Amino acid sequence: MAGGPARQYNNRLIRWVEYRMPIFSAVEATIGRDMPTPKNLNYWWSLGSVLFLALIIQIATGIFLAMHYIPNGAMAFDSVEQIMRNVNYGWLLRYVHANGASLFFAAVYLHILRGMYYGSYKAPRELLWIIGVVIFVVMMATAFMGYVLPWGQMSFWAATVITNLFSAIPLVGNGITTWLWGGFAVDSPTLQRFYSLHYLLPFVIFGISLLHVWALHVHGSSNPVGISTRSKQDTIPYHPYYTSKYMSVIGLSFIVLAFLVFYEPNFLSHPDNFKPADPLQTPANIVPEWYFLPFYAILRSIPDKLGGVVMFGASIAILFLLPWLDTSRVRSARFRPTYRYFFWIFVLDVIILGWVGAQHPEGASLLIGRLATAYYFAHFVIILPFVGWFERPRPLPESISKPVLKSGAAVAEAAE
Amino acid sequence: MATTAPHPGEEGPRRDFIFVAAISASAVGAGLAVWPFVNSMNPSRDVLAEATAEVDLTPIEEGQRITVLWRKKPVFIDHRAPAKIEEAEGVALGDLKDPQADADRVQRKEWLVLIGICTHLGCIPQGQRVGERLGDFGGWFCPCHGSHYDTSGRIRKGPAPKNLDVPPYSFISDTTIQLG
Ligand code: HEM
Ligand code: FES
Repeated sequence: MAGGPARQYNNRLIRWVEYRMPIFSAVEATIGRDMPTPKNLNYWWSLGSVLFLALIIQIATGIFLAMHYIPNGAMAFDSVEQIMRNVNYGWLLRYVHANGASLFFAAVYLHILRGMYYGSYKAPRELLWIIGVVIFVVMMATAFMGYVLPWGQMSFWAATVITNLFSAIPLVGNGITTWLWGGFAVDSPTLQRFYSLHYLLPFVIFGISLLHVWALHVHGSSNPVGISTRSKQDTIPYHPYYTSKYMSVIGLSFIVLAFLVFYEPNFLSHPDNFKPADPLQTPANIVPEWYFLPFYAILRSIPDKLGGVVMFGASIAILFLLPWLDTSRVRSARFRPTYRYFFWIFVLDVIILGWVGAQHPEGASLLIGRLATAYYFAHFVIILPFVGWFERPRPLPESISKPVLKSGAAVAEAAE
Repeated sequence: MATTAPHPGEEGPRRDFIFVAAISASAVGAGLAVWPFVNSMNPSRDVLAEATAEVDLTPIEEGQRITVLWRKKPVFIDHRAPAKIEEAEGVALGDLKDPQADADRVQRKEWLVLIGICTHLGCIPQGQRVGERLGDFGGWFCPCHGSHYDTSGRIRKGPAPKNLDVPPYSFISDTTIQLG
């Protein structure tokens, strides 16, 4: 059928199912038998597995939190306190869920940067990249709505500020915010719909992730050298080689998560969220969760409402265009001497934006924020296309195995 | 009846028509079916029913500001001192981002009534409580992204695009206003 001759399975149960519903061979047809994988993947390629694990952790803890949580403006805050104080292991579920979201974003940012460094978004993986950016956007929506649920001061005012972004849309803006709120301000109806969507969207993410993996397995993983696999020599089976390699990173992630949960459970959260939502008092400094800070800094650095919202959206949307903005045919930054520097400057720029996002929007930090915002966009629309034209990439090895084997290195040099 | 294509020349267009008509009708039907879902998210009747609120002005002394809640929104009531009124009236319209004369924003000069929601992204500006920042123009200051409002509640500096809104209200006696 789809992929080569029908496979005979040894396990009788699998044979029985396969005869009635060929699900095992269908899976094999999409991911390839034994999942041949480039043999030179480094630890940065483990982040996909970490992300999958993070999603499972969020869904598992979330379902059990949902058994105790009450999505009502009058009761939400108390129900979270109830989870923390009275529900058996409620504190564990909540702290794992709250810090798990941070782990999720840390992994997704590293995953995205991995893609940027090694040019994973280049042909034929553009669609794979786009699906990834879609997941990132849905993730941000999910985490934002989750953060509203405990109904503390930061929850409430984050909800207010973010939903008000839509009021910048000319003509229909105010109608849209009223519709989003289900009232004339953020209130219980808003909380209830956010809860409904917060429960739904992770499963949407799960579905899109399957598309992501499907697209991945059409052309297989990219790799640190950035040239395509040519022969069987270039690949090894995913299992047990990469399953065991990545297990160590998963273990490390668990250690980091456990450290946060058991020793510093509120390190990443904001003290204002221990106060119940008060629609009459805005906290002195509204800051989003750390993972939104760079984008928040971009929003605030534009002195015009509509302009700020447009740039905020553009800062994320521009990721969709990355495969076409980068004009270099060479994937991996290892062979791109100029791009490599700009990559690290970009990373630094995003970190600076993150710092600015946590400051009061006045004085020096406002100025730094504006410069960093300008650079952020310049990286995509000026530097990337331009560097692709004038940069002379270093010579690529002939195949993945060549630079790995000693004799191969000699051959590659001789071929220059 | 039994033959499917008696007039081959006519058959194509007729089928095309049925095809297009069926698709369009289903598209319209689907569109109509979406509306109840979308509209269910709009404010429900009980939310809309929160009609009016009356505020007694007698306890508010000159120079004092109070906040009341109307339709779940904070409303600022400012009993302005003459100096503040003068300041508000003295501004040239050309200096304003959202030009509006002070006289067009008040019914009685000494009473300024505003919706206390920053027109940028909806925070509540500071300046209602004693000791809070009033901003560079003596009115209100929004801490979220740094918008400054003057003594007429007009935007003077910062990202907010518009002046603080004036809610619909009326004086039902010399000392009482009704919001809404
Ligand atoms: C993409 C996956 C998810 C992310 C990124 C995420 C993120 C968050 C965040 C940041 C919070 C606020 C935590 C706090 O500060 O207390 C939260 C709360 C919550 N989430 Fe999720 N979540 C995810 C999946 C789910 C799922 C699948 C469910 C339910 C089945 C769920 C149920 C809840 C509940 C009930 C709360 C409120 C209790 C609390 O605040 O701890 N979440 N979520
Ligand atoms: S909400 Fe007031 S300045 Fe942004």
